Amino acid sequence: MTSTSTITVPGTRAVHSRSGTPAVRAEGLVKTFGDLRAVDGIDLEIGSGEVFGVLGPNGAGKTTTLRMLATLLHIDGGHAEVFGVDVAKRPHVVRQLIGLTGQYASVDEDLSATENLRLFGRLQGLNSGQARSRAAELLEQFGLTEAARRPLKQFSGGMRRRLDLAASLITRPPLIFLDEPTTGLDPRTRGQMWDTIRELVAQDCTVLLTTQYLDEADQLADRIAVIDHGLKVAEGTPDELKSSVGESTLQVTLSDPAEESDAIWTMAGLLDEPPVPSPEKGRLNAALPDANRAGEVLIALHRAGISVASVSVAKPTLDEVFLAITGHGTDNEPTTSAEES
Amino acid sequence: MTTTLVAAAPQVDITARVAAARPHATAGQVVANTLSLAWRSVVKMRRNPEQLFDVVLQPLLFTAMFAWIFGGAISGNVEAYLPLMIPGILAQTALTACMATGVQLREDMDKGVFDRFRSLPIARIAPLAGPMVADLIRYAIATVLTFTMGFVMGYRPGGGVLGVAAAGLLVVIAGWSLAWIFTWVGTIVTSARAVQGISMMIMFPLTFLSNAFVPVDTLPGWLAAFVQVNPVSHVVSATRDLANNGAVTGEVGLALLGCVIAIAVFAPLAVRSYQKAV
Repeated sequence: MTSTSTITVPGTRAVHSRSGTPAVRAEGLVKTFGDLRAVDGIDLEIGSGEVFGVLGPNGAGKTTTLRMLATLLHIDGGHAEVFGVDVAKRPHVVRQLIGLTGQYASVDEDLSATENLRLFGRLQGLNSGQARSRAAELLEQFGLTEAARRPLKQFSGGMRRRLDLAASLITRPPLIFLDEPTTGLDPRTRGQMWDTIRELVAQDCTVLLTTQYLDEADQLADRIAVIDHGLKVAEGTPDELKSSVGESTLQVTLSDPAEESDAIWTMAGLLDEPPVPSPEKGRLNAALPDANRAGEVLIALHRAGISVASVSVAKPTLDEVFLAITGHGTDNEPTTSAEES
Repeated sequence: MTTTLVAAAPQVDITARVAAARPHATAGQVVANTLSLAWRSVVKMRRNPEQLFDVVLQPLLFTAMFAWIFGGAISGNVEAYLPLMIPGILAQTALTACMATGVQLREDMDKGVFDRFRSLPIARIAPLAGPMVADLIRYAIATVLTFTMGFVMGYRPGGGVLGVAAAGLLVVIAGWSLAWIFTWVGTIVTSARAVQGISMMIMFPLTFLSNAFVPVDTLPGWLAAFVQVNPVSHVVSATRDLANNGAVTGEVGLALLGCVIAIAVFAPLAVRSYQKAV
């Protein structure tokens, strides 16, 4: 009795101190499509139990990274492990430890919700009875019981994503990949999806999610890696990332663009960092340590005789985080999104 | 004590799961996964009955058309032509049916659900073999309808019930085996339309450059040489032997050998390119 307890207790502590095997460890991951280096040497280490966000614009290499870790794409360079298991060498073992929810609902359109969950249950070794009861349990948890027998064609985008998520959890895998879980959903459904992810997924497993939205990463992730052109350009907690661009952003449009340099000089005197001119002439973005300081800036501009056409204060967006970290915006090119899918 | 064990569950769970994970899919899993995915295809067939149009209409239409067009010219009259032609039509319909297997697989692979299949710890061959097992139903429908149409037009096979049943079974086996060729095409070509086009180019020479519709001795020597090595010719000859004479001849063996070779070559190719396909 006593000897068992001494063995068990240190094991328990290991979870909390996160000194155990990381859920994901990737070193120098590379994926090339022809001449394009979609992923160009990315390192990641995700602790067991963490919710980790990979943030970046379309074509940055987020989905490609995730697909390599999920055994869907061949790893062209570098090394990746999931719970200490080599992804390239033992994909069949890795597949027994992960769940994947894709960018496009990865469920069968011709089957009902119940049939989908039962099929995936059966494929993963549940017997018919187990598959049926697990399907019922998940449908209940995800609020899909009423729609269980309806054809999937009648499902809303949000219901489809929830079903997709439920399908990833059938065998309770310890690591879940979520590829842009709310892209294309309306704001209300997005909020519901976030709740679902927090309550039903992040509770029990490690999560690696990709997103284009800073607010989504902020809502869900413990830590974020920012990816751009296949490279990791920053990593930290959501607060650390946001503080790099200030708590909120003041956007000022000048009546006369010619006064831009005067305005920059005036504002820089008040704030820690000088404002950044946006590509549009006469528009300045300034990071504010505190939204309440917007007033001071406007008064200063007024005193300097600089006329302002419009003013807004907003929370930082991914664009601003990007601008601050990389010095360029999130140049979302339509051509690159095709390579990601 | 019990509480401590429960608290330790997450870490123990993961280590135990890694240790308990199977390194490869077992033979039992191959069968179970294939059957699960065959069930999926059968459900889809039931929901989209228009997918069965080809195997329902083609036997009816082609049997009537070919018999009345070629019957007089080749065998003197329609009744005399039927024993030569029905096995040919059977082979042709089976090949058309397995062409659809490749096209449907391509359409399926473009859908998100195939991503999930690839991310699951299932036998790699199952997503290909599952739909093919379900397609046995299609070959069976085509075979039964072709024979039925033949009977209606006056075909009286000498092999009796047993001979006809054996011939039908051989056609179903041949269809399933040759379908691996089209499944492979489905995994290497990027659009369903292209699969259709390429499959046509494979199917037409295979059916028409065989003994399916005309006796081989009417052909020029170089063509006869190809016709004699064409596996479809052996399937057709074997079907004739079984249905018309109730005889299990060497042709049956050759036909089955052709099937085994088709599977042995194209199944591994298909699985490999399916795994690589993005």
